[in-house]
Amino acid sequence: MADRLPIETALPVGAIDTRATGWWAMIFVVFTEAALFAYLLFSYYYLAVQPHAPLTFPEGGLPDLKLAVPNTIILLLSSGAVAWAQLNIEKNDKRHLVWGLGIAAVLGMIFLVVQYFEWAAKPFALASTPYSSLYFTVTGFHMAHVVVGVIMLWMLFAWSAMGYFNRVRYAHIHIGALYWHFVDAVWIAVFFTFYITPYLGLRT
Amino acid sequence: MTITDYERVPTVSTEQNAVLAEKLKRLWETEPGIAGFFSTVDHKEIGIRYIITAFAFLIAGGLEAALMRWQLAWPGRHALTPEQYDQLFSTHGMTMIFLYAGPVLSGFSNYLWPLLLGARDMALPRLNALSYWIYLCAGIFLYAAFAFGFGPNDGWFNYVPLAARAYNAGPNIDFYALGMILLGISTTVGSINFVVTFLRMRAPGMSINRVPILIWGTLTASAANIFAIPAVSLAFFLLWMDRNVGTHFFDVTTGGSAMLWQHLFWMFGHPWVYAIVLPAMGMVSDGLPVFVRRPLVGYTVVALATVATMVLGFGVWVHHMFATGLPSVSLSFFSAASLIIAVPSSVGVFAWIATIWTGRPVFTTAFMFFASVIVLFVIGGVSGFMTGSVPVDWQLTDTYFIVAHIHYVLIGINVFPVVGATYFWFPKFTGRMMDERLGRWNFWTMFIGFNIGFFPMHISGLLGMPRRVYTYADGMGWDWLNLITSIGSYIFAIGVLLFLINVWKSYRKGSLAGDNPWDAPSLEWATTSPPPPYNFVVIPTVASRHPLWEDRLQQHEGEGSHVDAGLVLDHGREAIGTSSLDATPDIILRMPRDSYAPVILALTATTIFIGLAFHLWWLAALGALATGVDIIGWLWPERALGETKEPAING
Amino acid sequence: MTGAGDKADAVVPLTWGVTIISIAVILIISLLVAGAIWRRPGIAPQPAGSKIAVDEKTDGLSWIWIGVGISSLVLLFTVVWTMVVLAKVTSPATKPALTVEITGHQWWWQVRYLSNDPSQVFSTANEIHIPTGQPVLFKLIGADVIHSFWIPALGGKTDAIPGQTNETWLEAHTPGLYRGQCTEYCGLQHAKMGMLLIAQTPQDFAAWRAHQLQSPARPTDGGQWAGLANFITHCSSCHAVRGTDAAGSLGPDLSHLMQRHTIAAGSLPNDPQDLDRWIADPQGVKPGALMPKPELSANERASIISYLKTLN
Repeated sequence: MADRLPIETALPVGAIDTRATGWWAMIFVVFTEAALFAYLLFSYYYLAVQPHAPLTFPEGGLPDLKLAVPNTIILLLSSGAVAWAQLNIEKNDKRHLVWGLGIAAVLGMIFLVVQYFEWAAKPFALASTPYSSLYFTVTGFHMAHVVVGVIMLWMLFAWSAMGYFNRVRYAHIHIGALYWHFVDAVWIAVFFTFYITPYLGLRT
Repeated sequence: MTITDYERVPTVSTEQNAVLAEKLKRLWETEPGIAGFFSTVDHKEIGIRYIITAFAFLIAGGLEAALMRWQLAWPGRHALTPEQYDQLFSTHGMTMIFLYAGPVLSGFSNYLWPLLLGARDMALPRLNALSYWIYLCAGIFLYAAFAFGFGPNDGWFNYVPLAARAYNAGPNIDFYALGMILLGISTTVGSINFVVTFLRMRAPGMSINRVPILIWGTLTASAANIFAIPAVSLAFFLLWMDRNVGTHFFDVTTGGSAMLWQHLFWMFGHPWVYAIVLPAMGMVSDGLPVFVRRPLVGYTVVALATVATMVLGFGVWVHHMFATGLPSVSLSFFSAASLIIAVPSSVGVFAWIATIWTGRPVFTTAFMFFASVIVLFVIGGVSGFMTGSVPVDWQLTDTYFIVAHIHYVLIGINVFPVVGATYFWFPKFTGRMMDERLGRWNFWTMFIGFNIGFFPMHISGLLGMPRRVYTYADGMGWDWLNLITSIGSYIFAIGVLLFLINVWKSYRKGSLAGDNPWDAPSLEWATTSPPPPYNFVVIPTVASRHPLWEDRLQQHEGEGSHVDAGLVLDHGREAIGTSSLDATPDIILRMPRDSYAPVILALTATTIFIGLAFHLWWLAALGALATGVDIIGWLWPERALGETKEPAING
Repeated sequence: MTGAGDKADAVVPLTWGVTIISIAVILIISLLVAGAIWRRPGIAPQPAGSKIAVDEKTDGLSWIWIGVGISSLVLLFTVVWTMVVLAKVTSPATKPALTVEITGHQWWWQVRYLSNDPSQVFSTANEIHIPTGQPVLFKLIGADVIHSFWIPALGGKTDAIPGQTNETWLEAHTPGLYRGQCTEYCGLQHAKMGMLLIAQTPQDFAAWRAHQLQSPARPTDGGQWAGLANFITHCSSCHAVRGTDAAGSLGPDLSHLMQRHTIAAGSLPNDPQDLDRWIADPQGVKPGALMPKPELSANERASIISYLKTLN
């Protein structure tokens, strides 16, 4: 018998922690979506260095931070809530798992609402210029990922409330959490690109 | 079958038995009839569908080419209008590169990977089914547009501004863009499936230095696709936005950039062309040893070179853009990189020659196809080498020299290996041997026809004939070359026809193959031909690269590989998950049953794109909603899959 | 594989070099493959399932090291040679005295001779004249979609891309006619977007240039006057002729049309029958061309042609 067998110890059965195939699938989903945002931001940086006269790039001058910064914090808090939820299910604390997911989902929805108001307040429209096309498209792609994430968080909330998971089997939670943390990390990159780099000198 | 254990010690069986086989068959087989047709998640059925669909597109693309060569056989012909020609050459490129070359390799890999790895299925069987159904839907979507006269007409590379609404008012480009985004979803989920399968589903003992080179090839291509496909999907999406919503990404009149398209497209496009040859090179690396009766020379170097070629392949995309006026610094870097990439890509060539030289050829048709790849690879490779040098490329780019190059690499390093792979693995897929005599006719007709058709293109390119032209002036020295090319391409087409006849004839009446007709070393030959739905009655354990040659090679670890004894895993559809490097068992995986969710999702996703194509926003929204519902249903935690907690023993 | 000017000359040895290397590689590898296959008697295909002896060899690795080693040296050599040639052809040895602005349109070439003195600027179409023995700078503009400017005998191609102005230079040793063609797919008539570059001695070029700056001679008889009137009515919205009221800029400038060797961007010879054929039905010659079929009676067309024949 080859030295891998017989197996003396018991093996876990099912979708358990990072040995679940769904976890590995989500890792590569994250990679491919990260690549998508990398190409979106590449498009921004590539167009930023093209001539845009007589318009400015960013259009309308330096971007307004007063909604974007608090919104970033809201999203970070939402990731925190998910992380807290994960810690709780590892302690078999279903109640706080459900609370954590619900708070995260609500914060995600607040992010969407605030971003909607930010969009409405912009002095340009989607079809105005390359800058405006980039702004709405890139933040729009991010918003779409947040929408998917919020729906996912509500489903995890419901499944958790229905008692599906315990400290051994909760693969859905940590797979979903990975996606949500990724969406958060992407926002940092998008926020930096659109809101910070103009203040650092990337503007015409 | 209810599971009550969070963990258990898996049973090991030391003998195969009919009862176990029957039980596994009932667990794993697909339902018969229409129900099973739409709900199967069996990688073997999905693999065959991929291959058949890809060959159907190969034929379509070939007919398009035949029409083009009819028009180009002589200067000034009027067999086709410019509009027809433009749609034909664009659709031909799209078909061959996207609808044939990638999917056919996905098909072979899909069928073979679990067998090569000693597993019962791919890691994500439903995702596997999804990748096929979306491929089929995207292919139909794209061809429906072509059938109605709205096929792509700006080349497969679709440069702006010619692809923009201002210069291409009809819906052609919109169908192309949306169809390609849909197809990209298929390729991406398929690639994720391969990577996860590699990391988690190998048989116990199959450490990463024991996997067949086809595994390395497909793995590398899949990992690359995960990073590369978003570039082209994004490019097409931004173009669709420019054309339909009025954005300005590529609009040079308002500060957008035509070059942005080229960068995004080729950042995908170059890795893609390696993705459509590296798995095929893996087939050659695995097939040649069987037909020269010795292991591949330099396994480790070949595996590493495969990965290195792909990694470097991300750093050469600008060589498609040498004539666009980029600064010299940039040109120099990419020229150097494009020349240096020949180093890892040549490792395979020398490994193959060395393997044949030190082995003893068995002159089967499969061997002839695999061996011919070496010569065709080198011809395609050196024409790439020539154009890698920027000043030379400035003369050769956009001429028929490039057409020669791309066909030598695509036909030489994809089509010829695939035909060889068919002769090699057809017995495993169908239980029957292909006809060797017809195979010889097939080989020589294809080989001679191909070279007569495409070699002269090097010369017409060197003589200045541009590409993508529906006609050309006489008296340029191109006339006879084009006629010879057209004739040669028709001979090649006859060769392909002989291949298809052989497949059909052998499927119906070929001689019976048995488990291991070629006396080959890898695990797929350790089970029946065709394999049972569950692949292996017990999970093999692996102690070397060549499990079935261990008695003769004496290069194995410990007592050697076992196929007749191993993990039973019969508490439902189950597989063993193993660690990424050494393949030590670390979990018993519960595998999904057949499901309609994938085919439904493919249809709802396609609905979104149909809605976008016809500006029926309500339909797109409906499709999105249905897609969401399907995904939620698909991902609903299932106890049978071990995704939920077990009910407490005391209720 | 041969060059007719400094820029092409620099690239010719490199082109031959990589070609010869390539042919050598193909021959060597083919011989090795043939040798590998036939050096010993092979085995005929056996019945399915037969056991055939397996060699437990582990040698052969040196093939890879030697092959890759030699390839790497050849590649490195080519990289260095490429860099040297690239440096040489990126800029001309002397600063060009003449700048020609080429604008690629669907599907013809606008050729504008630039000068610091605005009165020395003029346009022509599809035929470029340059003086021999000196580099000429070309500025390339894409008016609509991407085109590519290529005169094979004189140098490599450079794209004309909307939104940016690319530059290239060419130089011809000897007078002659050098054919060129658009080499970036640009739509329906990409295949028929040719051009001619005519290299002339500096004296001949100066004479040609001076002539281009003059208006063509006025019509001398009633028929030609009628032809001019018809031309203004039917053609001047797109075409221009120096010294007349025709100032259209959508199509080629026709001021000295009769001096050109070809018409329709190199698709037809410049003779009366082909001119008639082109004007009567442009779509018949170049389906998809942006020149609409003029609504002319045969007489009107004949009178326009009689006027065009005066444009020397």
